[in-house]
Amino acid sequence: MGALPVTIVSGYLGAGKTTLVNQMLRQADGAKIAVLVNEFGELPIDEDLIEARDDELISIAGGCICCSFGSDLAAALKQMAEYQPRPDHIVIEASGVAMPGAIAQTVDLIPELRVEGICVLADSLNIRKMSGDEYIGDTIERQLSDADLILLSKADLVDQADLEVLQDWLAEHWPCARVVTAVQGQVPNAVLLGRFAGGETRSAGQFADDKYQSLAVRLETPVDARKLAQRLAEPSLGLVRAKGFVRDISGRPALIQLAGQRTEVTFPEKPGAAGLVCIGLKGRIDPRALQELGLGIS
Amino acid sequence: MSQTVIYSARKIITMNRSRPHASHVAVRDGRVLGAGTLDELSTWGEHTLDDRFADKILMPGFVEGHAHTMEGSLWSKVYCGWFDRTDPDGKTWDGVKSVDALVERLKEAADKLGDSETPLSGWQLDPIYMNNQRVTRQDLDRVSTTRPIGILHASGHIMNVNTKALELAGLMKTGINNAAIPLGDDGYPMGELKGPEVMTPVGPHVDFERNMLDADEGGLRRFAKLCVRTGTTTITDLASRLDPDTVDMMLRVTGEADYPARIVPLRFFMGLSPEDLIAEVLRLRDLSTDLLRLGRIKVVADGSIQGFSARLRWPGYHNGAPNGLWYVAPEQLSEIFHRALEAGVQVHTHTNGDQATQLVLEKLAPALQAHPHPDHRFTLQHCQLADAAQFRQAAKLGMCVNLFANHHYYWGDEHYTLTVGPDRATRMNACRTALDAGVPMAIHSDAPVTPLGPLFTAWAAVNRLTASGRVQGEEERITVEEALWAITMGAAYTLHLEGEVGSIETGKKADFAVLEEDPTACSPGDLKDIPVWGTVQGGRIFAASDL
Repeated sequence: MGALPVTIVSGYLGAGKTTLVNQMLRQADGAKIAVLVNEFGELPIDEDLIEARDDELISIAGGCICCSFGSDLAAALKQMAEYQPRPDHIVIEASGVAMPGAIAQTVDLIPELRVEGICVLADSLNIRKMSGDEYIGDTIERQLSDADLILLSKADLVDQADLEVLQDWLAEHWPCARVVTAVQGQVPNAVLLGRFAGGETRSAGQFADDKYQSLAVRLETPVDARKLAQRLAEPSLGLVRAKGFVRDISGRPALIQLAGQRTEVTFPEKPGAAGLVCIGLKGRIDPRALQELGLGIS
Repeated sequence: MSQTVIYSARKIITMNRSRPHASHVAVRDGRVLGAGTLDELSTWGEHTLDDRFADKILMPGFVEGHAHTMEGSLWSKVYCGWFDRTDPDGKTWDGVKSVDALVERLKEAADKLGDSETPLSGWQLDPIYMNNQRVTRQDLDRVSTTRPIGILHASGHIMNVNTKALELAGLMKTGINNAAIPLGDDGYPMGELKGPEVMTPVGPHVDFERNMLDADEGGLRRFAKLCVRTGTTTITDLASRLDPDTVDMMLRVTGEADYPARIVPLRFFMGLSPEDLIAEVLRLRDLSTDLLRLGRIKVVADGSIQGFSARLRWPGYHNGAPNGLWYVAPEQLSEIFHRALEAGVQVHTHTNGDQATQLVLEKLAPALQAHPHPDHRFTLQHCQLADAAQFRQAAKLGMCVNLFANHHYYWGDEHYTLTVGPDRATRMNACRTALDAGVPMAIHSDAPVTPLGPLFTAWAAVNRLTASGRVQGEEERITVEEALWAITMGAAYTLHLEGEVGSIETGKKADFAVLEEDPTACSPGDLKDIPVWGTVQGGRIFAASDL
């Protein structure tokens, strides 16, 4: 049994974390997702998704759950790692002032868990103003610095020109994080959580969303998997996500998982078929650059 | 008819401005019937004259406005601090001055444990005073390789552990990439765990329970003994989660006939939405008894200055460290203020850095306009770096401050050279400025961060000496009278309790600190050394020597 993936959803108050998490639960598609929130405040979970609730746990349609962790995240994570039935994925909705990088370090200490990615929401309408705020500006900037993926919320409420200026500003300050937009919390779970079948080339095109494009690629010859993963994470390639198997120069099949700038290479005992699925924004993903890496596009 | 006892004393310092001194005090039903001469008090009728305090000085029982019952819990562990410190049973432990001395002390404690696997835990280690020498797991392995060992630092934010503890927690491996777990040359953790989150995996193996915020029964009893030894009769537990089991236990223990202190626990704000927090605190308030006063909220706005996690205004930290961390979002703080004012619930807010203080001032002002409350007494706790303008604004808003006078002694040198630099170190915990600005003021120990001892705290505010012996900020010194007011009436005022405690006058609780010497007659430099005989609490007599 592999380590349980943990996605951290961060962002200042009002950035849209709750909306995002609810949308994510709506498209859970059979995955048992455990959501950890700071506290059961006003509507952490949409009422129609709730099956039952008590002081410590909200049961959600489809086998998902939501727990509050108050001031003791590490204890709550430990509890979730041992929870039965075992969740498929843990999502931490961080408090508005928490540093997601510090949360990721906490997750790293629990052997049963692995950090899958850090998604930081930024409110398109006021992120630039907030980043200059006397009190919380530096907090917001530090959160963005920890991001693997920056999700621009309320992107539909600003016009295209302003959105481009905003994206340029983000790219200038946080060049390594991938930026995608999130309208009404709509981000495919493949992008948000990396939940997609990555090991099989035939899953190319599985991904039906008009904003994103997925490519299935293969590599016939052994490569240094870690180096390849680093290359895939380069912003110029335009990849938001990648997952799948390549043959490492050590001879072993390596599982590469990419979440924005974050890469992870592991050597599972039961590898899947060779092949990588890459997801990027439509028009940003660069098939030629992938080919230059020696990756054949299926 | 109830019995009346009249106590004679060498001197009674009443803190009642109408009648500052008396020779006798009459007590009936646990309350002060009057303070004056024997002739005057005899007019109340039949009484017993008790001369046991004839050679003692009586003061109002001291009120500590910022402490944690955790101090009592920690004394179940081995004391490893740099400074000499007296435990609840009256034994004074020598300060630990070197790593060898630390190992020696732990070995002694380990030898008493019998088997070779029981965990061993210690507290209050402070390598700052050992030239920042770092304690490694190998050092602690010299104590034992078979029992897990964990030593909490004075800051509460770092723990040293031995190899066995790392093994049990699954951390004894290479390849850990975590800034809070420094590695040794061999690639394994060197044995320092920096921050509560990384302590969590180890805590249960070294006898540090997760919920240290809540008192345990033994701790609450030990805490009370410390109160008696220091003349304290009313004391806060300034951030408790107040789990239902804890509240039941606290009600039971403080309800016992011989429990000697009034505990005022404040509900820690985290873990509940502002709306639920208010509802919970209102529920708790109804459970209050005389000796357990529930119904207040503690908010933590920022971190600590020496931990570089306090929020500072320009120009920030003297050594260039990045600004600290918020533990509450400004909007959330504002919502708590609004809801608390509306519900008539008092909020104390921890603000170490001056930016955190500024945020509280800015958020409280509009909340007060929305929900006017002429006597809210919301209190800034620590408020260490506030400047004169902030104190004036706090006074205008009807706030109180509780300044961390002890901090100056223990970390003043560090603040001067490293954290905030000479200028701001000089104005830290600016008691003079606060009083001149007209803001009601208390001073505190934040036990267990520094030892409980209101007379020591008064001494620190009066003398402003640092551990190296320098006077730091002589303009901010206050008089002995002002300091004694701060540890009695001043602290009581921050809790809305000054009508019940804090002075010796008719109608108030018969709560006394029984002293061997007169703090108003000794040299100000000797304030901290005045021996405490014990206390009278609600008319019940507690001699430190009988504990």
